Amino acid sequence: MKFSLSWLRHFLATDADATAIADKLTSLGLEIEGVEDPSAKLEGFRIARVLTADKHPQADKLQVLSVDIGSGQPLQVVCGAPNARAGMLGVLGLPGAVVPANGMELRKSAIRGVESNGMMCSTRELGLGEEHDGIIELPAHAPVGQSFADYSGSDPVFDVAITPNRPDCMGVAGIARDLAAAGLGKMKPVAVDHVAGSFPCPTEIRTDDAEGCPAFYGRVIRGVTNGASPDWMQARLKAAGQRPISALVDITNYVMLGYGRPAHAYDLAKLSGAVVARRARDGEGVTALNGKHYLLDHRMTVIADDVQVHDIAGIMGGEHSGVADTTTDVLLEVAYFDPQRISRTGQTLALSSDARTRFERGVDPGFLDGGLDLLTRLILDICGGEASEVVRAGTPPSAQHVVGYDPALADKLGGVDVPLPEQKRILEALGFSIVAQADASGGERWAVSAPSWRPDIDGAADIVEEVIRIHGLDAVPSTPLSRADGVARPTATPVQALERRVRRAAAARGLNEAITWSFLPEADASAFAEASGGLWLLANPISEDLKAMRPSLLPGLLAATRRNLMRGAASVRLFEVGRRYLRGENGASDEKLSLAVVLAGEAAPRGWDPKVNGGKARAFDAFDAKAEALALLAEAGAPVDSLQVMGEAGSQFHPGQSATLRLGPKAVLARFGMLHPATAKAFDIDGPVAVAELFLDRIPAKKAAAGFARAAYAPPALQAVTRDFAFLVTDTLPAGDLVRAVRGADKVEIVAARLFDDFRGAGVPDGHKSLAVEITLQPGDKSYDEAALKAIADKVVAAAAKVGGVLRA
Amino acid sequence: MEQLAHQQAETLAAIAAAASADALETIRIAALGKQGWISALLKTLGAMTPDQRSVEGPRIHAARESVTAALAARKADLENAELEQRLARETIDLTLPAPERPRGSIHPVSQVMDELAEIFADMGFAVASGPEIEDDWHNFTALNMPETHPARAMHDTFYFPDQDAAGRSMLLRTHTSPVQIRTMLAVVEKNPGGAPLRIIAPGRVYRSDSDATHTPMFHQVEGLVIDKGIHLGHLKWTLETFLKAYFERDDIVLRLRPSYFPFTEPSVEVDVGYTLVSGKRVLGGSEGWMELLGSGMVNRKVIEMGGLDPDVWQGFAFGVGVDRLAMLKYGMDDLRAFFDGDGRWLAHYGFGAGDVPTLSAGVGTQAGARA
Repeated sequence: MKFSLSWLRHFLATDADATAIADKLTSLGLEIEGVEDPSAKLEGFRIARVLTADKHPQADKLQVLSVDIGSGQPLQVVCGAPNARAGMLGVLGLPGAVVPANGMELRKSAIRGVESNGMMCSTRELGLGEEHDGIIELPAHAPVGQSFADYSGSDPVFDVAITPNRPDCMGVAGIARDLAAAGLGKMKPVAVDHVAGSFPCPTEIRTDDAEGCPAFYGRVIRGVTNGASPDWMQARLKAAGQRPISALVDITNYVMLGYGRPAHAYDLAKLSGAVVARRARDGEGVTALNGKHYLLDHRMTVIADDVQVHDIAGIMGGEHSGVADTTTDVLLEVAYFDPQRISRTGQTLALSSDARTRFERGVDPGFLDGGLDLLTRLILDICGGEASEVVRAGTPPSAQHVVGYDPALADKLGGVDVPLPEQKRILEALGFSIVAQADASGGERWAVSAPSWRPDIDGAADIVEEVIRIHGLDAVPSTPLSRADGVARPTATPVQALERRVRRAAAARGLNEAITWSFLPEADASAFAEASGGLWLLANPISEDLKAMRPSLLPGLLAATRRNLMRGAASVRLFEVGRRYLRGENGASDEKLSLAVVLAGEAAPRGWDPKVNGGKARAFDAFDAKAEALALLAEAGAPVDSLQVMGEAGSQFHPGQSATLRLGPKAVLARFGMLHPATAKAFDIDGPVAVAELFLDRIPAKKAAAGFARAAYAPPALQAVTRDFAFLVTDTLPAGDLVRAVRGADKVEIVAARLFDDFRGAGVPDGHKSLAVEITLQPGDKSYDEAALKAIADKVVAAAAKVGGVLRA
Repeated sequence: MEQLAHQQAETLAAIAAAASADALETIRIAALGKQGWISALLKTLGAMTPDQRSVEGPRIHAARESVTAALAARKADLENAELEQRLARETIDLTLPAPERPRGSIHPVSQVMDELAEIFADMGFAVASGPEIEDDWHNFTALNMPETHPARAMHDTFYFPDQDAAGRSMLLRTHTSPVQIRTMLAVVEKNPGGAPLRIIAPGRVYRSDSDATHTPMFHQVEGLVIDKGIHLGHLKWTLETFLKAYFERDDIVLRLRPSYFPFTEPSVEVDVGYTLVSGKRVLGGSEGWMELLGSGMVNRKVIEMGGLDPDVWQGFAFGVGVDRLAMLKYGMDDLRAFFDGDGRWLAHYGFGAGDVPTLSAGVGTQAGARA
């Protein structure tokens, strides 16, 4: 909300300057968003009289002026304005002054060989308007030599953010009241006497919607002249950011901005029959003053006559019955509308207005007559005319609000001890009244009545806020919280600890953590949706690209990968730890912790060493994804030794180069592999992409806290022994099946089995492959003899045979 | 005996001239082998008289020892020479680049969340969480924002067309404050009398707002303390203490301004003071103020909604933007870059896996901590 200092001073007698007022407003909770002083920019500009005006010897369109700025010594100035002439008064910018419109600093200079000591300015150059056809012409009585800033009047404009609980401060008067309570001046009496009507109101006024419009006051003023409003009013409105329109419109705006009291003026000639506050009928419409047509429904309150709707109650008037230059008789409406209804109607129609902002926060229900008197007085003074008697339909809600308050609460809740007399002074200055009673313990209890303009007050905490707000929050001393004995306890939950572990593990493995949007284009999300329940789709997305909650972290990372590749990245290694959003029970969401990795571009760059991939760059492959999946699952505490590599990674993956990691046939802990070329294409990515997705929520929880001690262990005294075996198997047998079989051949002696060769070609029959496995045997308290080794080898060969493996000779 | 001296000199000369291990071996065999001349001389000792032997014996043995020593020395020389040659051949250009290991990074938001958890753990705050797809009861109603409350409209809420089984509208949480309600209800469920609690709740929040300084998704951390006798002075101390620890500066100054949030009463907006250092704002001091967070004493109605008795329990709550805290500390100036996943940005503003915030090392990571 914007207002000028002069408008504030209409309500508040104060010597404080703009800076002091701004600081105080902020400390009161009326946050200053800006203070602008139009005159501050006018330093160095003086009122000047043109003494002589002669043609420039070198230029047709220029004149050489001699101007007087009261110094007794005329100055020579070159000027190009057509209206510059001897005898006129204008504004001269002296060397050093900065032209507000363009920031140019004026200098003493020579223009086409003639010395010029400044510039005669136009309205536009001084930032005071659009006029630029010539230089400013001031009235003959303007004092020559005076600073133009002083002449035009310094009137800083405050821009204040009003919180929604303070409708009383949506008028300058309310702001003045807060400042006065805080000691920054004294309120001036601005009350207006009741203006008695000289004839009965000719229009019937009624409210048929007591809920939406509990009170509708009105009167007619006839014989008005709706010209321009007076300069002082226009100046205040302009400073507040309102464009002056006509006297009647300006007067209603003036009362709204000055007193927080919206009102509406109808052109009586456009109304027919009774003017009634009622519910709109479904399908009814009205063209509002903003020129737009609105379709109404039965939940909305309107003001209508016998023929049509004339006002979306409390929000915006209708175009049809708005006042115009030709208006001679007006009907004034001052009403009280239910805040909730105004809010709902405004939301439904997506229509904002200054009136709505005030009504939905709650206008003062005790200021209907006062507002009407103010409006009447101003209209009669400015537009002339004759007022009817006032008609009052309905009654505004009771304004009286009494709160029980223990003054000790200021300290107990606010943390600052404010003496009782000061608390009393503050509250009374804000319009509260207090009835004090002694309570049983010898203290005082107050019954505090809130003024009608404070709908926000409904409990003792609100009273505390008023007291400490005016007293000053700076006075609240810092008070330490109690501290637990000893060293701080750990606070992370197991899930939080897990999240931190895997995040740092992934970074340590050379992956870069990204944070991508939780919402995706619907198509991207659909491509990765799990079967259950469907996607969460926003009803009001900010754009179609941010519409569906992600069912997987991969699409977001793939989009980021595309951006990186398009920016020329040779290698992309991204990961994200975060939630995927699924459907839960009872319509709630089910948000699961996930980790996803995307690897694209080069796994290793080309290099000078021919022993490394022949010196060529190596692209990421499915095994890079597998390595990340297994390493990060291990870091997350998943039983990786028990995991099975199985299929069915999903349609987004390359069918022959992807797999799932499962604990048992159903529990999929992760999936990994190469992206399906169609998926990559859908994300506009060229070249192979390796990805892994870990479902961290599915890692079985540890049964109980394991404690810190590890299982007992001493490195074996005897050295481990390795033996190599090569088996012929059919080429469709997964190598993992053979390794698993071999590993399980002797669970005591064999501590590891590692596949180190997969060979097809010379010596291997068609349809077969040769797999070589190295097993590690760990002797216990005595070394193996030949017989023992042979027995183990026999078990290995037998186990391999069960999956179709034949030992190669 | 002239012959012995002559043969010895010849052999030693041959050893000195030998160019290879093989040549040395030939010489060794010629002197010390079964048929070697020294071996032959040694065999003659048995047939000598004791007098002869006492004269010839030492001479022959001396010859043998000198040849043996010369052989060993020459062998070592040859081996050294060969090693040196091999090493010379093995010289490589170490200005060639070593294999590169990619360096990973932690996102600044994650890093700052870890820092916050560390600081607040020291003050006894546990970390709580809640769903991001919320219902309007937890996000608004229970926080004293009934359906037509003007503050609801100011939240720029993302809605889903869905309702939950209780008929509550589903939405994306606009703040982390619903975790207040969930935490209080959970505490009451465990312990019907209620209990003191201190939590922070970091996480993603959503507003339908997008410009240079706003993104539709951002991160907040909520703080909540419920206990007996908690007042605004405790809130002030907590925020001061936290910010001093976070920025690792003792000259952090806060300015409290009255404000309005439906879920707190009184409500307080907190500004942090800054100093201008060569035109840039540096936190600390009080030359100017920047808005940092909203907070206040938890509204009675909210405590009631949380299932606690507001005549027994009171407390404070605050909410602060994590992204903003990261920007103020580590100097990023574009919020949108946080969510772009640009590898160059992540490498520049990200943190090393080893940059684990600890109280003993300082929760913050100095610029250039890793090269």
